[in-house]
Amino acid sequence: MVEGILVEGLIYSVLALGVFISFRILDFADLTVEGSFPAGAAAGAVVASTLNLSPSLLVKALAVPAGLLAGFLAGGVAGLVTAEVYHRLKTPPLLAGIVTMTGFYSINLRILGGKPNLPLIANNPMLNLAHSLLGGLVPQEWSLLAACALVCLVLFGLLDLFFHTEIGIAMGALGDNENAVIQAGIQPNRLRTLGLVLANALPGLSGAMAAAYQGFADVNLGQGVVAAGLATVMLGELIIHSQFISLQLARVFLGSILFRALMYAARSWGYVAGITPNDLRLLTSLLIIISVSLSRLGRKRR
Amino acid sequence: MIRVENIVVSFDLGGGQEHRVLDDLSLAVQQGQTVSIIGSNGAGKSTLLNAIAGTVPLRAGRIYLDGKEMTSWPEWERAMYVGRVRQDPMAGTAGEMTVLDNLALASRKGPRRFRIATPARFVREMEEKLSNLGMGLESRLHENVSRLSGGQRQALTLFMAVLSQPTVLLLDEHTAALDPANAEMIDALTRRFIEEYQLTALIVTHDMKRALREASRVVMMHEGQIIADLSGDEKKNMDVAGLVQLFKTARGEDYTEDRDLLI
Repeated sequence: MVEGILVEGLIYSVLALGVFISFRILDFADLTVEGSFPAGAAAGAVVASTLNLSPSLLVKALAVPAGLLAGFLAGGVAGLVTAEVYHRLKTPPLLAGIVTMTGFYSINLRILGGKPNLPLIANNPMLNLAHSLLGGLVPQEWSLLAACALVCLVLFGLLDLFFHTEIGIAMGALGDNENAVIQAGIQPNRLRTLGLVLANALPGLSGAMAAAYQGFADVNLGQGVVAAGLATVMLGELIIHSQFISLQLARVFLGSILFRALMYAARSWGYVAGITPNDLRLLTSLLIIISVSLSRLGRKRR
Repeated sequence: MIRVENIVVSFDLGGGQEHRVLDDLSLAVQQGQTVSIIGSNGAGKSTLLNAIAGTVPLRAGRIYLDGKEMTSWPEWERAMYVGRVRQDPMAGTAGEMTVLDNLALASRKGPRRFRIATPARFVREMEEKLSNLGMGLESRLHENVSRLSGGQRQALTLFMAVLSQPTVLLLDEHTAALDPANAEMIDALTRRFIEEYQLTALIVTHDMKRALREASRVVMMHEGQIIADLSGDEKKNMDVAGLVQLFKTARGEDYTEDRDLLI
C-alpha cells in the first residue's frame, strides 16, 4: 500500500511539475494538460510496445527510453500548439488551452490507432524494466518505486539547474512582470513558448509512465488532471513556504505523494464517512478550495 | 545619439476625426546630453518617451538610434539600447524574485543562454556595486524585491536600467511617486549614474525647478509639439519665472488654467 502511494505520487508529481511551471512560474492558466497527459500516455504506450515487438535486440532495448521520449515530445507538441494559438491569435490562456485539449482528444485517438484504449498487459516494456531494475534484490514493488524515484530525481536535478540558468531566471521573471523581461531585451513570446512546451512535455512524460503503470493507455486519461495537478501544487505550498526554486520544486513531489495518500485514504476508509470512489473529484475540488482559503488566511496574518 | 523625425501619434475620435498626441514632432539629442522635458498634462511628454521605447504605434515619422533606424523594432528589441524607468516603482522589477535574480536579469541585454545566472563572481561584483550606492541593498540580495521600500525599489530599478549601459536612458516622472526625501535621493543617484556611465538621458518632469537643475537642455512641449528648446547660455540664464513667461507667450491667452500644474 505504501509503495503504491509513493509510486503513484511520484508518477503524478511529474504531471504536477508541469502544472507548477504553467500556473506558478509562467502565471498561465493552462488547461492543455488535459490533452498533453493522455497524448503522452498514448504516444509512450504505442512507441514502447511497438518497438518491444521488434526482432532486433537493439531496437527492443530502445523501447523504454524511446517510449518515455515519445511521451515527453507528444506533450511538448501540445504545449507548442497552445503557445502558438495564444501568441498568434492573442486569445486568453484558457481558450488557447481548451482549443488544444479538445483537438488533442481526436489526435490521441489517432495515436491509439482509432481505438479509445490500448491494453499493455502482455507487452509492457516500461513496467517490466522498472520491476526488474534491482534484479531480484528487492521485491518488484520496491524496484518499481526505485525506478520512479530515479526518474524524479533526474528531473528534479535538471529542473533545479534549469531555473538557475539565465533562461530559467528570465522565465521566472516573465510570469512575475513581463515588462522586466522586455526591458532586458528578451523576446517574451519565445520564452513563454519554451515554458509552455516544458509545462506540457512533463505531463506527457508523466502520461507515458502512468500508462505503463496502469497497464493501458486510454484517451480519457486526461480528465481532471489539471485539478489534480493544481491540488498537488497547492498542498505542497501549504507544507513548505519558500521563495527558493529548489524547495518550490521539491515540495511538488511532497504535495503529490500527500495528495495520492489522501485519495488512497478516501478510497480505502472513506466508506466510514459514506465516501465512495465517485466522490474523489469532489474531494479534489474541496482540497483546492481549502488550500486557497488557508493560504489566503496565512497571507492576511502576515 | 537619438533622433526623432516628424513623428505623429494619434488616436481616432470616430467620424474620421483624430486627436494628435504627438503632432509632427522632431527632436535630436546628442550623445551624453541630458534633456528635461516639461509641459502641462496632456502635452505628450510621456507619449514621446513611449514612442521612443516602442510602446505606442506611430502614425508617421521615423526614430533613429546612433544612425540606425528603429522605427519598426518591437519594444524588447529597442530595450537592448534603451533603458527606462517609470513612475511606478513596481513597473521595472520582478517583485516575487530576489534582488540578485533581478540584477542577473538586467545585467545583460538580449537573448539568454543555458548558463548559471548568478555565479559567485557575479554576486561579489553586485555586492560591491550596490554598497557603493549607500542604499543598504547589498545586504538584501537574497530577499524578494517586493519586501523593499518604494525608494529602494526605485533605486534598484534605476540601477538595473543603467547596469547594461544603455545608449539612451528614459526617465518618466521617476521620482513622482516617492516622498520628498526619497525623491531627492533618487535624483542624486540619477545624476551620479548619468555622470558615471556618460549616459544620454531624457527626463520627463512636471517640476520646472527640477527640470532646470537636472539637465543641460530643457525642452518645453504643448499639444504634441515642442514650443521651446533651451540649451547653452540660454538655458543657464533661465529660471522658473522665465519658463512660465515663455510658456505664456508660446501658448497665448488661455494659460491661467494650467498655472498650478506647471509650478
